[in-house]
Amino acid sequence: MSKEFKRPDGRKINELRKITAKVGVVPNADGSAMFAFGDTVAIAAVYGPKKMHPQHSQDPEKGTLRCNYNMLSFSVTERIRPGPSRRSTEISKITEWALSPVVMIDDFAAQVVDVHINILQANASTRCAGINAAAMALAHAGIPMKNLVSSVSIGKLDKQLVTDLIKEEEDWKEGEGATDIPFTFTSDGKLTHVQLDGKISKKQLKEAMEMAREACKEIYEIQKKALKEAGEKQ
Amino acid sequence: METSRLTAERIIEYMNEGKRFDGRKLDEFRELTIETGISKKAEGSARVRLGNTEVLVGVKMDVGAPYPDSKDKGNLMVTAEFLPLSSPRYEPGPPIFDSIELARVIDRGIRESKFIELNKLCIKEGEKVWTVFIDIYTINADGNLMDAAGIGAIAALKTAKIPEYDEEAGKTKFGEWTDKNVPLSKELPISLTVHKIGNSLIVDPTQEEEDISETRITICSSDGIIHSMQKGNKKELTVEEFNKMLDIVEKTEREIFKKIEKSLK
Repeated sequence: MSKEFKRPDGRKINELRKITAKVGVVPNADGSAMFAFGDTVAIAAVYGPKKMHPQHSQDPEKGTLRCNYNMLSFSVTERIRPGPSRRSTEISKITEWALSPVVMIDDFAAQVVDVHINILQANASTRCAGINAAAMALAHAGIPMKNLVSSVSIGKLDKQLVTDLIKEEEDWKEGEGATDIPFTFTSDGKLTHVQLDGKISKKQLKEAMEMAREACKEIYEIQKKALKEAGEKQ
Repeated sequence: METSRLTAERIIEYMNEGKRFDGRKLDEFRELTIETGISKKAEGSARVRLGNTEVLVGVKMDVGAPYPDSKDKGNLMVTAEFLPLSSPRYEPGPPIFDSIELARVIDRGIRESKFIELNKLCIKEGEKVWTVFIDIYTINADGNLMDAAGIGAIAALKTAKIPEYDEEAGKTKFGEWTDKNVPLSKELPISLTVHKIGNSLIVDPTQEEEDISETRITICSSDGIIHSMQKGNKKELTVEEFNKMLDIVEKTEREIFKKIEKSLK
């Protein structure tokens, strides 16, 4: 089946879109990065560690990681209303959880590390692109980290698993329709984030996870390379 | 986290031996009771108790315009409110993140499993469709609101009747009902959460246990097929742990399914 299966953009089933990754895209920030899966473009900027405001949100024992995911109103076909939504609130938190296991900010008591993620252009997998950009921006800012994390969405189109969904695939109508499964892994293969929408058996979910791990290895190498290059320039 | 460190340590020690403070096994739910028809004004309603946790779920319906990308389908809206009366830790004001997440996770489980046959809730394509509102309120929060809310949503939907609609006036006749049920698929989408505490994987935590949960996965499945999933909280998981969680959900789903079926008869 996999041989016959044609993806709308002609990619192989386990082929990622062209990835662009770059650090230092926001000079004002303590660290920043751009990460793109093809047409899906995310930028992330890190400010901090700095004193937490409002004061009542301070954790007197350890530092706080605070993520904010936002889509620009013109990043999608139909304009979205600017400002936070239930969706963006949830993705912000999911991003925080995806990054937290690798970020070592326990020593920064009462301080916050802010990560601002903006989606400039969306063609599905925006949360994954955002997480990838955020991980790079945190490393670029010199925040102590155990590892990087890498994120990718695996899709199930009818019965076929594919890597890195585009919008057209996300809206797949034929057969069993589309299932969208974004995963985030640390570079040593631990799961820090997973979500799922659709219809899938336990067996195929496990296969999807293997595909995600493979794709995340590729993404990790690209993130690492971009960070190294930026380091060499300095 | 409001559970003291001392208590947290004891809970983890107990769990390492497969025990819990209330004598349950790690994969055992508290006593589940489901009452339906708890509101005469709602199209459908349910009260779910899981031990000391109690939630109310009501279904209301109204006619409105469809979304542009689903012109021939009814709409589904799920909201959750964590009432200040249900716990000293909730206060009046804008919704807290947990209530937003809960509503979105329950919404996705019901939507993705296609439990409500939304295509049958279209009155006139592109103009008039039914919107199904599922509203969840906490009455007493003692852990695992997520699973209680999911069960409540199913029970409320199962008992909901479609209101009368006045075509000419274009108005819903609230308080008058047809004898038609909300069109639902046979399989129940059951939403279950597995938590990781220390090295243990557990279900249905009390508030005390939930406070020290390091990570959790909520999975909504029907008849063994997974429809939605969400990992919450900060701790990472190994692939083995994740697979174990899937097994626990599979086993628990069958038990909870039987309980729901029984109480809806």
